[in-house]
Amino acid sequence: MLNRIVVGAGYGLKDWIIQRATAIIMAVYTLIILVVLGALAPSTYEAWRAVFANGFMQFMTFLFFMSLFYHVWIGVRDIWMDYVKPDGLRLVLEIATAAALVGYAGWAAKILWRL
Amino acid sequence: MAEIAIKKKRPKNLDLPTIRLPLPGILSILHRISGAVLFLLLPVLLWLFQQSLASPESYASAKAVMDNFLVKTVLWGLIWLYMHHFCAGIRYLLLDLHKGIDLESARLSSKIVFAVSIALTLVIGVKVIC
Repeated sequence: MLNRIVVGAGYGLKDWIIQRATAIIMAVYTLIILVVLGALAPSTYEAWRAVFANGFMQFMTFLFFMSLFYHVWIGVRDIWMDYVKPDGLRLVLEIATAAALVGYAGWAAKILWRL
Repeated sequence: MAEIAIKKKRPKNLDLPTIRLPLPGILSILHRISGAVLFLLLPVLLWLFQQSLASPESYASAKAVMDNFLVKTVLWGLIWLYMHHFCAGIRYLLLDLHKGIDLESARLSSKIVFAVSIALTLVIGVKVIC
């Protein structure tokens, strides 16, 4: 039997998986947007807007943003955990990060919704 | 046993200025720094994205903002940071799958990450900025 030292409810496996799943979604989106912009080369407002007004691209861009914000939450929280030792300050930074990211999610939805 | 392995005393050298970081180490800290910088600039990037899509007038003003030497330099830097984070991230995903974990391949793959991310930055930068 493994002699494990149990320290809490989990070992962060869920966050570990989500960080990688969101990374894969963003990597795929990065390739898609590079191909789309490379092929269409939009040089006017109408052409640029049309790229993101397209249903598929709107869906993918929204998915990208949501993945980005969740990915950023895990990554930035890891940075606070590594370098900020006082619990109170760390908590404030974590709350500020989460609050900013929730706000950005609403903002991103608003940008895409109007197209 | 796991417990014994954790408690075992090991020699430590954490005198940072004397440590010569190997290339995979430089890649690693740049992965973190690029992520942090991109996070801090998110509001600026979202604002630029919003301006570019809101109306023909705001699109023109967003273009005007980008027509500035300092802004262009920052954009070059941001594209490189994104591409480094992207390529290094793919390397980490492969390492997670136990692909290329021996020292020699890990060193080679970190060289590839730097080469590919710089090449992608040049190609994209020339298209977007120039």
